[in-house]
Amino acid sequence: MFNRIFAIAKKEMRQLKRDIRMLFIVFFFPVVLLAIFGYAINFDVHHIKIAVYDQDRSEYTRDYISGLISSEYFDLVTYIDNDDQIKKMLDEKIVQAVVVFPKDMSRRLLSKQEVKIQFLVDGVDGTSANVIQNYVNAATYSYSIQLTKEYLAVTGKNLYVPIDLQPRFWFNPDLQSTRFLIPGLMGMILIITAVISISLSIVREKERGTIEQINVSPLSSIEFILGKTIPYIVISLINATIVLLAGYILFGIVIKGNILLLLLGTFAFLFAALSLGVFISTISDSQQVAFQAANVTSLLPSLILSGFIFPIESMPIAIQVLTNITPAKFYIVILRAILLRGAGISAFWDQLIYLGIFGLVFIVLATLVDKKSKNK
Amino acid sequence: MNAIEVKNLTKVFGKFTAVDNINFNVKQGEIFGFLGANGAGKSTTIRMLIGILEPTYGDALVSGYSIKNQSDLVKQNIGYMSQKFSLYNDLTVVENIRFFAGIYGLDGKKYEERKEWVLKVADLENMGNVITGSLPGGIKQRLALGTAVIHEPKIVFLDEPTSGVDPISRRNFWDLINELSEGGTTVLVTTHYLDEAEFCNDIILINAGKLIAQGNSQELKSNYIKNPILEIESDRVVDSLEILEKEKWVGETSIFGNYIHVILNDSTINEQHIFQLLQNKNGIAVKRVEKITPTLEDVFIHLIEKDSKKNVQ
Repeated sequence: MFNRIFAIAKKEMRQLKRDIRMLFIVFFFPVVLLAIFGYAINFDVHHIKIAVYDQDRSEYTRDYISGLISSEYFDLVTYIDNDDQIKKMLDEKIVQAVVVFPKDMSRRLLSKQEVKIQFLVDGVDGTSANVIQNYVNAATYSYSIQLTKEYLAVTGKNLYVPIDLQPRFWFNPDLQSTRFLIPGLMGMILIITAVISISLSIVREKERGTIEQINVSPLSSIEFILGKTIPYIVISLINATIVLLAGYILFGIVIKGNILLLLLGTFAFLFAALSLGVFISTISDSQQVAFQAANVTSLLPSLILSGFIFPIESMPIAIQVLTNITPAKFYIVILRAILLRGAGISAFWDQLIYLGIFGLVFIVLATLVDKKSKNK
Repeated sequence: MNAIEVKNLTKVFGKFTAVDNINFNVKQGEIFGFLGANGAGKSTTIRMLIGILEPTYGDALVSGYSIKNQSDLVKQNIGYMSQKFSLYNDLTVVENIRFFAGIYGLDGKKYEERKEWVLKVADLENMGNVITGSLPGGIKQRLALGTAVIHEPKIVFLDEPTSGVDPISRRNFWDLINELSEGGTTVLVTTHYLDEAEFCNDIILINAGKLIAQGNSQELKSNYIKNPILEIESDRVVDSLEILEKEKWVGETSIFGNYIHVILNDSTINEQHIFQLLQNKNGIAVKRVEKITPTLEDVFIHLIEKDSKKNVQ
């Protein structure tokens, strides 16, 4: 039995060696995806362009602005001097936000009255607008505290702030979104290459008629499928290594957890992904159909529904249920636990079970469809 | 003992009966010809006999094993090669041989021995490292047959193995089939070419899923056409045919290039009647009229037309 499986696996490797197109999909594609996604998908908002309409032109306004632009979050683009320009600045997207200081700002501050600063934000990109608001709030709060302290110092008193919140971000202290994205990206790359490569390699035998010769041999379906998948398991593991290395070199991601657990999780995931690929091969008659089907079932769900980019918790219940169609969802949980948190198996054992169920369901489906089509 | 025994074999797809209650036996070591038009049910029958398609009714014993319940044992004892030459075109010759040897569990000395044999019969002794896809059709086909019998099966099924191959390659291929048969291998071969059918020890003919004739080529020629056949050569073939078909004493007609074959219903009609009808009455120059023994082609056309008429009624 092992000799026969080995014969299939060796044949598969020899064919792959000569198939430039497949080699490209299998080895080059993942690195390109990683680089593109790693650099392009970035939720960190930096260098927001702002304009300032300063009607007061005082020491206070200058202090406030230097407080904003001393961080890397804001870049001062220009000063403006009338209301009409505010509209122009935002309409033409010259800046993302405009700060308006009232005429009597310094006078009111000196006479201990409240001052209202207007902050106009382009709200089209809701995520960025939110981030901008948070940064500005923080900056304003700290400038306010500073002014209060100065005022109290003059009167000889000390400022007493009853509660001081000290946030510390674990696992991703600098809140870099790439740290969050790399595990998802790894899941997506592995599922695409695994599903596409195995389904194409089986359908090609159907398309060229070579499967007929295998069907009349004593080789069983299990031996055939095992022989076919072994090379792609090896390749997927190589791919996973490439992605982890690239993640380390390009984005500084180190594996915090146990490598053996990572291997175990990856095996469970490959089992699920490869059985999806085998299933696709049973319902497709040509490589073109298989390629399309593999793309639709692996790329889109793993991009949108896996929690890779959009958090599953904030989706409507119906969509949350739908997210179970992609094994990437479970793998990403495992990857984040191991890569970022260094967690043990207790943090993700349930995900391993889900992956096992997913794989079994599709292998059984594939067997049923295959049996049926053989009697046609 | 018979190598293959087919009993009431039937395959129904939905409402379509592709193979309809077929019975035949194939003797050990013979070359058995399986003939029929495209879509007559040849491939469906073969696919059942090699264990990849389940029969709807009936059964067959292949090398003593039931295709219904013991298809795994059947598969171990047969070789199969189809018109599509199921070799991997992107592998080299030796890689193909090694792969098929591998799935039949050949290794070590046995593998080396069989590899040399396959290379020899395919005439590829010093070309083991050539990519299979670049070989000419005739060579590829012999390589395909060689790999199909790499495990020395007792029975080999060949499904239109010579379609689309030049005549010389076909001749070489048949030499190989004869060699296998002399070595004791039973060969079941389907073909379109009736000259190839002449090489077979026994022949069956199927039409629309039913077996309509069986026997060796001599038996077929003498048992199925009792009436005399005339071969007519004239300068206006189509016109002659139209004229002849109007006569009551003309049974079936068929055109072979410049000749017309006519099966007579009335054995009192002779060559003179034909000359009279075509040349004297209609002014067509008749070069030759001759009484002939029927060819396999005459037999099959006769049988298929008879069977089709019966089906229409």
